[in-house]
Amino acid sequence: MTMTLAEKIIARAAGEARVRPGDIVTCRVDLAMMHDSGGPRRIKPMLERIGAEVWDLSKVVIITDHFVHERDADSVAIQKTTREWVAAQGLGNFHDAEGICHIVLPERGYLRPGMFVVGGDSHSTTGGAYGCLMIGIGSTEMAGVLATGEIWVRVPPTVRVQAAGRLGAGVAAKDIMLMLCRRIGISGANYKAVEYAGPAVDAMPMSERMVLTNMAAELGAKAGIIAPDAVTADALAEAGVAATGTDGWRGDDGAAYERTIAFDADDLAPQVAAPHSPENSAPVDAHAGTPVDQAYIGACTGAKLEDLRMAALILHGRKTAVPLFVAPASVRTAEAAAGDGTMAALEEAGARILPSGCGACIGLGPAALGAEKVGISTTSRNFKGRMGAVTSATYLASPYTVAATAIAGRIADPREFLADATP
Amino acid sequence: MSAGNMKIECPRAWVFGDDIDTDVIAPSAYMMAPVETMAPHCLETLDAAFASSVGPGDAFVAGENLGIGSSREQAPQALMLLGIQVIVAKSFARIFYRNALNLGLPALVCPAAGSIRGGDALAIDPLAGTIENRTTGETLACEPLPQHLMAMVADGGLLAHLEKRLRAGA
Repeated sequence: MTMTLAEKIIARAAGEARVRPGDIVTCRVDLAMMHDSGGPRRIKPMLERIGAEVWDLSKVVIITDHFVHERDADSVAIQKTTREWVAAQGLGNFHDAEGICHIVLPERGYLRPGMFVVGGDSHSTTGGAYGCLMIGIGSTEMAGVLATGEIWVRVPPTVRVQAAGRLGAGVAAKDIMLMLCRRIGISGANYKAVEYAGPAVDAMPMSERMVLTNMAAELGAKAGIIAPDAVTADALAEAGVAATGTDGWRGDDGAAYERTIAFDADDLAPQVAAPHSPENSAPVDAHAGTPVDQAYIGACTGAKLEDLRMAALILHGRKTAVPLFVAPASVRTAEAAAGDGTMAALEEAGARILPSGCGACIGLGPAALGAEKVGISTTSRNFKGRMGAVTSATYLASPYTVAATAIAGRIADPREFLADATP
Repeated sequence: MSAGNMKIECPRAWVFGDDIDTDVIAPSAYMMAPVETMAPHCLETLDAAFASSVGPGDAFVAGENLGIGSSREQAPQALMLLGIQVIVAKSFARIFYRNALNLGLPALVCPAAGSIRGGDALAIDPLAGTIENRTTGETLACEPLPQHLMAMVADGGLLAHLEKRLRAGA
């Protein structure tokens, strides 16, 4: 009896020897993560209404990231509600304005292979890069988890993405995801688990793997997952997690995948998704020369240390032609980027550094797009009106491509800039 | 309503296309505000008149992948606040689907939803898995909602259902 990695984790959480795709089982939750938008402001009245207490405070993490830098009355009230609830509960796992929840959660060592985790945000799939199964849920469902410690799930079939070869210079995990959005569509993996494997994935650092699992959400997936290996073990050690052993958390040989999507990373060009859907993507050539008004490097998808380094590689010694905003994914990311010279390279090129948080990805802060403005962004979604005015338009691309575009003032192939950099 | 025997009568259907995302249903710009403030802007980028024209008991009908995007619960909540009492789609994005049911809004998967036209009157039986189009006389098959989910929906959603369970257990 063989199972995929996702099936194994669900079986373990459900206390079953074996589960099959389509089975409906009730899982014990190992960890529940919330942010300020879907968290206390919404779940506090729900828990009060049903008279329930949190089942296990040690398994709950709250990370504020949505409305942390706004100064309007609504934002201030939301943060106040959040802090007061955390204090009243005596909740220790609270990270206030320290960065975006999907980045802070593993950075602080909460995730480990084999865990069954729920997150109150659609990009909760990101956590699967650490070999756990992490799924996104809404606030009412979260209130149910907090009250009971359980959630029912339908076991998803697993789709395997098999990436042969190795990404070329100037090509990133983001390009893989934009290509996949086009190839299978934004509902292409609806209700499914997407497991990424192959030499191109093995070669990726953790932050690039997190782009694959993060944007599993843009394929409609319930979860994105990568079997843990030495890279995972190193990342866990870096986050201060005592050795937990990553062995065993991998799919069985011969496990049944619903479908395998194979591609060769060697052949992949930088990709750009045109407004207003991530599946509206094409190799960069198709959009090269399109003028943009501004560029954004931010969000859980595209502002980790590795993302900032990619941008710095292109921007080093050059100047931007249009405003470039950079919102590092977490405070620790910003500190590390300041320490290794990355931030200086970005700022010297003209980038304006913003505080860590969801920011313009949800249409907030100074980088939100105004009426009729066209932006290019390292974020994950370019749905109409998401990043600002309803008449604005967003192109999605990798940090390399966004940086190259910021220099040119029009969509540009980053490989041309790399060629300059290393003659 | 009782879970055992329920037919939902909808005076009018509001019909939208594929991949209707949560940023369109529940615009980010109003995320900080109460859902009452957001609801008048629901779907305004696709149909400026929708929020002001939709009426109590109406059905919301869409194509593939309804509700792709965010986990924000304000998306089904805004539709409910505007009077929508049932949603029908060829397929749903999973978080949106669970959110709707958890809030007590019946969500039906109907591969043949494409034959429903705006303004059609519908009679929907979630447990039997039928949508009777009272305007055209046609009956469409949809996936029946499992009994345990319908029981939760009939209670008024997950919280009301849990409240009942916790009281019963106490």
